[in-house]
Amino acid sequence: MELTLAIAIGILSASGVYLLLRPRTFQVIIGLSLVSYAVNLFILSMGRLRMDAAPVLSGANANIADYADPVPQALVLTAIVIGFAMTALFLVVMLAARGLSGSDHVDGKGD
Amino acid sequence: MPEDWPLPSIPTDFALPLLCILPFLASVFVLAAPGKKYRGAVWSTAIVSAVLSVLSLALFPAVADGGVIISRIEWIPQLGLNLTLRMDGLAWLFAVLITCIGFLVVLYARYYMSPKDPIARFYALLLAFMVAMLGLVLSGNIIQLAIFWELTSLVSFLLIGYWYHRGDARDGARMALIVTGMGGLALFVSMMVIGHIVGSYELNDVLASGSKIVESPLYPVALILLLLGAFTKSAQFPFQFWLPNAMTAPTPVSAYLHSATMVKAGVFVLTRFWPVMHDSQLWFWIVTYTGLATLIFGAYTALFQRDLKGLLAYSTISHLGLITTLLGMSTPLAAVAAIFHIANHATFKASLFMAVGIIDHEAGTRDVRKLSGLRKFMPFTATLAIIASAAMAGVPLLNGFLSKEMFFTETAEFDPNIFVNLSLPIGATLAGMLSVAYSIKFVHGVFFGPPPTELEKVPHEPPALMRRPIEILVLICLAVGIIPGITIAPYLAAAVPSVLGAATPYYSLSVWHGFNLPLIMSIIALVGGAVIYVPYYRRLRDVDGVPLTHGLVGQRLFERLLVTATNRWARHLVAAFGTQRLQPQIFTVIFLALAAGIGAGWSRIGNLPLPSNFDPVLGLVWVLGGVCAVAAAQQAKFHRLASMILMGGAGLATCLTFAWFSAPDLALTQLLAEIATTVLILLGLRWLPKRSPVPESTPWAARFRRYRDFGLAALVGLGTAIASYAVMTRAAPDGISDFFLANAYTQGGGTNVVNVMLVDFRGFDTMGEITVLGVVALTVFGLLRRFRPGSDSADRPEQQRMLDDYAPGASENVADDFLRIPALFMNWMFPIVIVVAVYMFLRGHDLPGGGFIAGIIMSLAFILQYMAGGTRWVEERLRILPVLWIGWGLLLALLTGLGAMVLGAPFLTSAFAYAELPLIGKVPMATALMFDLGVFALVVGATVLMLIALAHQSIRRPKAAGSNKPKQRAGLDKWN
Repeated sequence: MELTLAIAIGILSASGVYLLLRPRTFQVIIGLSLVSYAVNLFILSMGRLRMDAAPVLSGANANIADYADPVPQALVLTAIVIGFAMTALFLVVMLAARGLSGSDHVDGKGD
Repeated sequence: MPEDWPLPSIPTDFALPLLCILPFLASVFVLAAPGKKYRGAVWSTAIVSAVLSVLSLALFPAVADGGVIISRIEWIPQLGLNLTLRMDGLAWLFAVLITCIGFLVVLYARYYMSPKDPIARFYALLLAFMVAMLGLVLSGNIIQLAIFWELTSLVSFLLIGYWYHRGDARDGARMALIVTGMGGLALFVSMMVIGHIVGSYELNDVLASGSKIVESPLYPVALILLLLGAFTKSAQFPFQFWLPNAMTAPTPVSAYLHSATMVKAGVFVLTRFWPVMHDSQLWFWIVTYTGLATLIFGAYTALFQRDLKGLLAYSTISHLGLITTLLGMSTPLAAVAAIFHIANHATFKASLFMAVGIIDHEAGTRDVRKLSGLRKFMPFTATLAIIASAAMAGVPLLNGFLSKEMFFTETAEFDPNIFVNLSLPIGATLAGMLSVAYSIKFVHGVFFGPPPTELEKVPHEPPALMRRPIEILVLICLAVGIIPGITIAPYLAAAVPSVLGAATPYYSLSVWHGFNLPLIMSIIALVGGAVIYVPYYRRLRDVDGVPLTHGLVGQRLFERLLVTATNRWARHLVAAFGTQRLQPQIFTVIFLALAAGIGAGWSRIGNLPLPSNFDPVLGLVWVLGGVCAVAAAQQAKFHRLASMILMGGAGLATCLTFAWFSAPDLALTQLLAEIATTVLILLGLRWLPKRSPVPESTPWAARFRRYRDFGLAALVGLGTAIASYAVMTRAAPDGISDFFLANAYTQGGGTNVVNVMLVDFRGFDTMGEITVLGVVALTVFGLLRRFRPGSDSADRPEQQRMLDDYAPGASENVADDFLRIPALFMNWMFPIVIVVAVYMFLRGHDLPGGGFIAGIIMSLAFILQYMAGGTRWVEERLRILPVLWIGWGLLLALLTGLGAMVLGAPFLTSAFAYAELPLIGKVPMATALMFDLGVFALVVGATVLMLIALAHQSIRRPKAAGSNKPKQRAGLDKWN
C-alpha cells in the first residue's frame, strides 16, 4: 500500500512539474492542480497510513491509539480550500492577462 | 524640592500608558473624523496636547527624588519582550519638552498652516509623532526603544514630505528616512547586542549592569552601532546632511521635530546609555571628536547660509555637536551640562524657528538677501527673535549662556594629553565665535538696516496669538538665564541623578562664577564673533555657497551611493542573473529545490524496506489515476476539455485515497472543491484562444526544452516517491497529535477531531484562511469587473451562433429546449441540496462535515441553478449578495473570537454545551459552532461570488481589449 501511494505521489508530481514548465497558462493551471494533489497526499502520508481509523472519537473514553493522526488531515483540509482559491485566482488572472496581452503564453508574448 | 507642588497627584499606574495611548487614539480620531474640518482637527489636537502637558508636569513629584515609575504589560515574557513604560528624571524632562513644546507648536500651527492644506493629516501626524517620541523616551525595554525610534523616523518622513506635491519635500523626506532609518537598524542591532551582554532587555537591568557592557568583548560592536544610530538621528558629522534638507517640512514641524525633539533622540540615547557605556577610551575619542567636528562644522556652515531655516538647521547641528562633545568627555559635570543644554537648546531654537516661520509668513521669503530692516515692521517679533538669538549666541542672563559656560568650563579642564588639552578649549572657543557671528548675521541681516526693497508684500506683525508660543518660550529663556536656581534647578536635580546616580557631582547654576577662564573664553567668543561679522557682513550676506568646505558635501556622496547601490548595481545584478521569462525562473526554482532535497535527504534515506502489503483495489485506482495524470499532462496543450476531465480523474483517485486512509473530511472536501474548480475552469475555457495541433515539425530548441523538462519532472517524481516511501515505512515519531485526540472531546466538545482542530484548537489558522478566501473572491470579482477578452474570443462562441442561425434566439434558451427535464430536476434539487448543506454543517463537530464542506455544498446548489436555468435566469432571481455573506462571515468569526477575549480568555477560546432541538435532536452548541457558521457564510459568499462574476461575463458582451468603442451596458450589470 505504501509503495502504491508513493508511486502515485511520484506520478502526480512528475506530471504536475512537467506542466508547470510548459509555456501555456492552461497547462500551468492543470499542472498546479496535479502538484497540489501530490502535495496533499504527501502531507497525509506523513501521518502514516491507517485504514478504518478515521479520527472521529467514539466518546469521552476513546482510546487514542485507535485513531489516525488528525494533524496532517487538518493541514490538508486547509490546503485543499486554499488550493481551490488559488486555482480560481490564477484562472482569472490568466483570463485577464490573455485579454490584455492577446496571448496565452505565460510571458504574455511569444508563441 | 518645592513642598507646595500645585498640581494634584494622579495614579501613576495609568499615567504612563495614558501618555502614549491618548495621542495615538487622538491621531486616529483626527484622521478618521468625517469632514476633516479645520477647527475640529486643531482643537482636538490642542486639547489633547494640553492634557498631555499637564499630565507629564503632574508626574514630577513621582520622579523628583530619584523615583522611577514603571508600568509593564507582558507580551512574550519568555523572550524578554514586554511593553514596559518607565519614567525617571531624564525621561520626565524629555516628556515635558515633547508635550509642552508640542502644545505650543500646535497653537502656532493653527495660524501658520493654510486652511487649504490637508490639515487633518498634519495634526494626525503631529500627534502620531508625539506617540513615537513619548514611547521612545518612556521605553523601559530597549527593543521597544528601538521600535519607537524607527517610528519617529517614519513619522518624521511623513511630516517632511507633508507637501508631497513638491519635489524637494519628497527628496528631503526620502533622504531623512534613509539616513535615520539605517541608523535605526544599527541601533536595533546594538540593542540586541546589549541585551545579549546583559542578559535582559529591560532598561532597569541594563542600567544596573555596571561595567558589564564595557568589559564585554562585544562592547566595540555595541558601541559603534549605537553611535551610528545616535549620530544619524542627531545629525552628527558626517551624517549631518539630511537635516538641512529636512527643512522643506512646514516650519512648525521644523520647530518641533528638527530642533526641539526628534533630533534630540540621538543625544537622549547617548545620555540614557551614558552610565553603562561611557567608561572607555573608545567612547571618549569617537564621541568627543565627532561632537567637536560637528560643532565647528555646523557653526561654520551656518554662517554662510542664505535661507534662514538653513542657518537655523546648521546651528542646530552645531548645538547637537556641542551636546555630543559634552557627553563624550565622560566627566559627570559634562553630563550635567549636556542635559542642561538639551533643555535650553529646545526652548530657544523652537522659538527661533517659529519666528522664522512668522517672517516667512508675513514677508513672503526666508532669503536673508531680500530681508532687511524688519524691526520697524514687526517690532514685537523682532524683540523676541533678538532675545532668542542672544540665547543661541550665549549672551549672559539668558539660558544659553549658562550651559555654554559649563561647556567652556569642562573643555578648559586640564587633561594630561596635550592634544586634548589644546584642541578642546580652542575648538570650543572657535565654535563659540562662529555661533556668535551667525547669530549676529541672523539678527542684523533680518531686523536692522534699511527697509527691504525686494519683498512682494509689506511685512507686518502676525496675529497676536501666533506670537504667544514664542513669547512663552522666550520668557522661559529669560527666567532660566536670570534666576536659574528657582526655575530650572529642581528639574535638573531630578534629571541628573537618573543618569549619574551616586556619581552626581556638585554643580552650581549661578550666573556669576567669578572672573575665570570660562568667562574669558565667553568674552573672546562674543568679541571674536563680532570681529568676524562686522568687516565682512556685506559679503556674508550675498555669499553663494560655503567657502573651503563646499566640496565636502555628504549629500552628494549620499546621492551617488544611492544611485549606485539601488540603480546601477541592481541593473548589473538583473543583467547578470535575471530573466523576464517565467519558464527559466520556474525551472531554476524547481531545480534548486530538487538539488536541496537530494542534498538533505540522500544520506538519510537508508535501506528502504520491501513493500509488505499490497491492495489490488487501491492499485487499480492508481493505475487509472496515474494514467489520467499523465494523459492530462499530455493533452493540456491542444485538448483543454479532455485534459480537464483527465485531471478530474486523478482528483477522484486522490479523493478515494483520502477516504481509504481514514480521512473522510478530506475526501468530502476534495470531492466538493473538485466540482467547484471544474465548473470554474469550464466557465473560463471559453475565453482562451483556439489552438489546433500544427503538423509542421517542432524546432530543435523546443524539443530540447521538452526533453529537459521531462527529465527534471521525472527526477522530481522519483524523489518525492522515494521520500514519501521512506517516511511511510518508518514508525511515526511522537508528535503533538495525541494531544488533539485526547483533548478534542473533553476540551473542544466534539468528536470529529479534524473539525475541532479547525474551529477550535487551530481556529486562528482557519481565521487567516477564510480571510484569504474572502480576499481572493473579492480580487476575482475586481479583476473581472473590467475584464477584456482577447479579440478572437470577444464574439459569441461558434456553437451559439450556429444555434441562432438555425432558429433566431435559440441560444438564449438552451436549457429550455434541450435540457428541460434535467433542468426541472435541478430546480427541484435546490431545497434538497440546501438541507444537505445544513445537515453537514450541524453535524460537523461530531461527524465528517463542517463549515467548509457545508459552504461548498450550498454554493453547488447555486451552480446547479446556473446549469439548469442559465445565467440570466438565475441573476434575475438571485436575492443574496455574496459580498455581504463574505463580510458577515468574517465578522461573525472575528466576533466569536473577540467574545472569548471579552470574557477574559485568549482570542478564539471556545465554550460548549449540547442543546436539544425539536426534530433534530441533540446538537452540539459550542461557540465554535458560531465560528463555523462564519466559515460557512464566507465560503458560500466567496464561492458564489467567483462563480457569478465569471458566469456573468458570458452575457456581458464585453468589448475586446484594444477596441475603443464605448462600453455597452447590459441590463444586468449588478455583477459588473
